[in-house]
Amino acid sequence: MNSSVISRRIVQLILIMIGVSVVVFLMLRMIPGDPAQLLLGELASPEELAALRHDLGLDRSLLVQYTIFVKNMLAGDFGISMRTGTPVINEIIPRLAATVELSVAGMVIATVFGILAGILSAVYKNTVVDYTAMLSALVGVSMPVFWLGLMLIYVFAVHFQVMPMMGRMEMGTEMHAITGLVLVDALIHMDFAVFKDGLRHLVLPAVTLSTIPMAIIARITRSAMLEVMNQDYIRTARAKGMEESVVILRHALGNAFLPIITVLGINMGLLLGGAVLTETIFSWPGLGRYVVDSLMGRDYNAVQACILIFAVLMALINLGVDVMYAFLDPRIRVDGD
Amino acid sequence: MGRWDMLRDLLKNKNTVLGMVIVGCILFLAVFGPVLAPYDPFLPAPLDRLQLPSREHWLGTDSLGRDILTRIIYGSRISVMIGLVAVTISLVPGTVLGLLAGYFGKTLDAVIMRVMDVLLAFPAILMAVFIAAILGPSLVNTMIAVGIVYIPHYARIVRSSVLLLKEQLFVQSVSHMGGSHGRIIFSHILPNALAPIIVYATLGMGTAVLQAAALGFLGLGAQPPQPEWGAMLSEGRQYLQLAPHVAAFPGLAILLLVLGFNVFGDGLRDVLDPTLRT
Repeated sequence: MNSSVISRRIVQLILIMIGVSVVVFLMLRMIPGDPAQLLLGELASPEELAALRHDLGLDRSLLVQYTIFVKNMLAGDFGISMRTGTPVINEIIPRLAATVELSVAGMVIATVFGILAGILSAVYKNTVVDYTAMLSALVGVSMPVFWLGLMLIYVFAVHFQVMPMMGRMEMGTEMHAITGLVLVDALIHMDFAVFKDGLRHLVLPAVTLSTIPMAIIARITRSAMLEVMNQDYIRTARAKGMEESVVILRHALGNAFLPIITVLGINMGLLLGGAVLTETIFSWPGLGRYVVDSLMGRDYNAVQACILIFAVLMALINLGVDVMYAFLDPRIRVDGD
Repeated sequence: MGRWDMLRDLLKNKNTVLGMVIVGCILFLAVFGPVLAPYDPFLPAPLDRLQLPSREHWLGTDSLGRDILTRIIYGSRISVMIGLVAVTISLVPGTVLGLLAGYFGKTLDAVIMRVMDVLLAFPAILMAVFIAAILGPSLVNTMIAVGIVYIPHYARIVRSSVLLLKEQLFVQSVSHMGGSHGRIIFSHILPNALAPIIVYATLGMGTAVLQAAALGFLGLGAQPPQPEWGAMLSEGRQYLQLAPHVAAFPGLAILLLVLGFNVFGDGLRDVLDPTLRT
């Protein structure tokens, strides 16, 4: 992938981001209800309402509002939260860290177990192992994430009481945040009690979040592996007397990785979306739950910022997948189409 | 492939048969619900609150004493309707946009597909939540929200089929003989692009049911006392410690219906369009 292709991709990304910002901005203005009224309550006088609308910039034309919005956004200023009165960026950063921690944990579980199930399924094609893995994958993609989360809470937190029910840490746990990622911060502080506690809180939400991507990864790994395992070079490797595990892991999986990488990228987007529901169920203080709460509270500035961040993350992931693709397979010269 | 050959292949495929059985059973419940359901789905029975499954109430009762099996049976009507309506809302405009973009190309293609790219830049559930919040929480708005979110998916699939088809000789020859754009698109290209559309629409039914249930769960979908499965699950969440069955059974119903559509869609794909097989 040469630099002109990367720059073309970046231009595309910028254009999409401009489109996203326009869509978000316009859609938020279509939400029924006056945010000023919502903030001040039913008893507010018309003067108070007018003053607040002026402060929030809601009395200006849409074009002016959008221009101010873009200008501020580029300076990293997402405005003041209409619900809490604090800068949105200050509310978002710790929540973004919580969502990143959850999504990365979910992706690790999905990737490890998804690829493992896919390999086993392909190696033991048309056996009980294959049928079980693929049936589980089908159930996995059909499962409502929020239902699975509730059932896991019931079994592990209510019935057996071996896992915490919600949150990121036990109530009252104090730790100076450096990265905002509980596990990483606990390791930096060498506080293994907090690390263990953070890990225990992370397991159920991460498993819940990983189900759908895991199922998709397992299916794509199986089909990619089956395709590769029919190739001549696999037969040659076997004929040379190479160990089966080396043939499968190095020769087959190595060459089956391209479609898997693509699916990993697409699934990161799914994971970000899934975080909205998972965080709601587990009271995980992340961006997904925050965006839903902000939408319900008609907190325009917060919703704008969150959705833009989600869209930027997804676009960056797609860009990353393209670059990784070229890195993994030098034959590919992405032409930008 | 002739119509009978295709039917034979569909009936020989284990996935389509299993999917048809699951979806068929739920459709049967949806159609004959009022005859089959043992109780009234809306009438509270305070003395029967949160009962465990028993001979009288096979799946137990909810927080108002209503029979959960009855509400699930009535809820099947809502879920099937959501699937059908939401998929239609995505399918029709998505197909038209894909046909226009793929066939006419150039500026029109660029404009349509860039708008689709912008819509695809949002995580689907987030976009659905966003639209549902704008329109206000209701069943109809849920179907609209879920439908709009998936328009770009259909547009992309149809466009890529059209790009291949319009270069085919049979299409080119109609064009050289002076066939109108409308005739070429609707009589020659669309019928040949149907297989992936049908497959995607079947799989899309499952996705639509899941997304609508998620909106119901978040309180943005069907409102009480409607027996929508997602909303029932959300209500059951409050009683998870006391009566987990209130949340468990509606979730199982969602799982079963979505599984049915997915298995059926997988089978259809194998038969109608093996090139899409993963």
